[in-house]
Amino acid sequence: MKVCPDMSSIAPPNLPGATKEPIWVRYLLISVALFFLALFLFVPLVSVFFEAFKKGADVYLAAITEADALSAVVLTLIAAVIAVPLNLVFGVSAAWAIAKFDFRGKSVLLTLIDLPFSVSPVIAGLIYVLVFGLQGWFGEWLSAHDVKVIFAVPGIVLATIFVTFPFVARELIPLMQAQGQEQEEAARVLGASGFQTFMKVTLPNVKWALLYGVILCNARAMGEFGAVSVVSGHVRGQTNTLPLHIEILYNEYQMAAAFAVASLLASLALVTLVLKYIVERRVQRELAQAKDAGVAA
Amino acid sequence: MIFSKTLLRQRSVLPGFDLALGLTLFYLCLIVLIPLSAAFLRTTSLTWPEFVDVVTSERVVASYKLTFGASLLAAIVNAVFGLLVAWVLVRYDFFGRRFIDALVDLPFALPTAVAGITLTGLYSGNGWIGQYLEPLGLKVAFTPIGVFVAMTFIGLPFVVRTVQPILEDMASELEEAAATLGASRLQTFAKVILPILTPALLTGFALAFARALGEYGSIIFIAGNMPMVSEITPLLIITKLEQYDYAGATAIAVVMLMMSFVLLLAINGLQAWTRKRQGK
Repeated sequence: MKVCPDMSSIAPPNLPGATKEPIWVRYLLISVALFFLALFLFVPLVSVFFEAFKKGADVYLAAITEADALSAVVLTLIAAVIAVPLNLVFGVSAAWAIAKFDFRGKSVLLTLIDLPFSVSPVIAGLIYVLVFGLQGWFGEWLSAHDVKVIFAVPGIVLATIFVTFPFVARELIPLMQAQGQEQEEAARVLGASGFQTFMKVTLPNVKWALLYGVILCNARAMGEFGAVSVVSGHVRGQTNTLPLHIEILYNEYQMAAAFAVASLLASLALVTLVLKYIVERRVQRELAQAKDAGVAA
Repeated sequence: MIFSKTLLRQRSVLPGFDLALGLTLFYLCLIVLIPLSAAFLRTTSLTWPEFVDVVTSERVVASYKLTFGASLLAAIVNAVFGLLVAWVLVRYDFFGRRFIDALVDLPFALPTAVAGITLTGLYSGNGWIGQYLEPLGLKVAFTPIGVFVAMTFIGLPFVVRTVQPILEDMASELEEAAATLGASRLQTFAKVILPILTPALLTGFALAFARALGEYGSIIFIAGNMPMVSEITPLLIITKLEQYDYAGATAIAVVMLMMSFVLLLAINGLQAWTRKRQGK
């Protein structure tokens, strides 16, 4: 018969509260944090929907089904539908080059990819005016060939691409770096083609991070204001995206209509947050797995 | 083939380096580098004294002061409350914690124009919050304080999201050791926890500061945009552009770009420091 030794005599003394704050401190900190977040996040979010429905559902429906609003919806969708896939292709190829190969100038490239995030949206719009505007580098040539970029849809798309440029690449690069290249090398040695390796090994490993990048990219693409405002001619029904349409309504003191359109974008933000919350955990799991595999190897 | 011969440090069995890097560089040049260089080349149409004249004119300097000061103040407030929020979210369990954790990213997801008109509505004289502040003599909307409020809103997630993972990874042994050695809870926080968090805290601070400096959409609605009083620098660029003063707009943009680049370098350095501290 085995006798269990009595551990209580050698266990460390129980010190309740030694690494915890007193209960009143805990409640105080939670209250202050919640008050701050309520004031800056929750109240604004609620007030968007409150203001939108203040004058009733009829005014709300009229505001979001009006012709100018609908054409703003269409333009916003066009900009996102072009910008997101292009940045997706760029993000994947940048991540492939950076994560799977060791080359000179990698850290410079990483910094340059992040550059659009540190540039003010207004400047993002301005630089395209300098290149494609009437007084810009290609201005004369473009107007001679009757092509409009600035104050037209192409300019809006370009500005949107610029401000959403790093999103996908940023999500993919750290994950693919952590995953290393052993699996792809194994696939190649076993006879898979480069394309097969990418589709069957790399892509399944990063699918959630890819989706995460696309969600963030899309949210920004549909909501961008500053950059788009510089290159848009603010022509109602033609070069207005949803955020610009909100500005026009607001400046015309059509508050209920402005908030009604704003509530569409706020709903998009809420959907983004929910998707982000769901996908974020899977991305963290992918990353944790990659790190564990790295430690094991 | 050119990239794999010149740049690659180690040969690899994986294919596609030339294609991937080629595509990346082409797209980067087309979308980012060539247009950005236009800003710098365009300023050369001004002589140096003209350039200095534009970027140091009274109205422009007033806008730097406002933009810089309000950004700094907003980043400080975000550093303090961001640390508090991260701490509360990681260390305590309370009703609605997950909901609040998800809500912290709202300023990233909410389009700036929506944030702008919403904050203006809340803080104007008859708004939900403004009606209580105005009797106290505190006018927020259409004043520099409004600029600060909008900047605080858009910078809110940065510090929380940089500090949170470090706090989650922190080994409890350190705090236990400090407690065993007789440190009070406050001493442990100040001398053990805070030094570990400092690089991440500074990174979050710098990110919030950089974002606030360039912010436009949420601010122009609430600022009132009075020259010399509540006019931010990005708005001045737009004003000049609308007057077809391309050289003037570009000169101010170049000054802002230089500030952004300095901040970007600082942030990269801070992130490297954070990783080193974490031993990764």
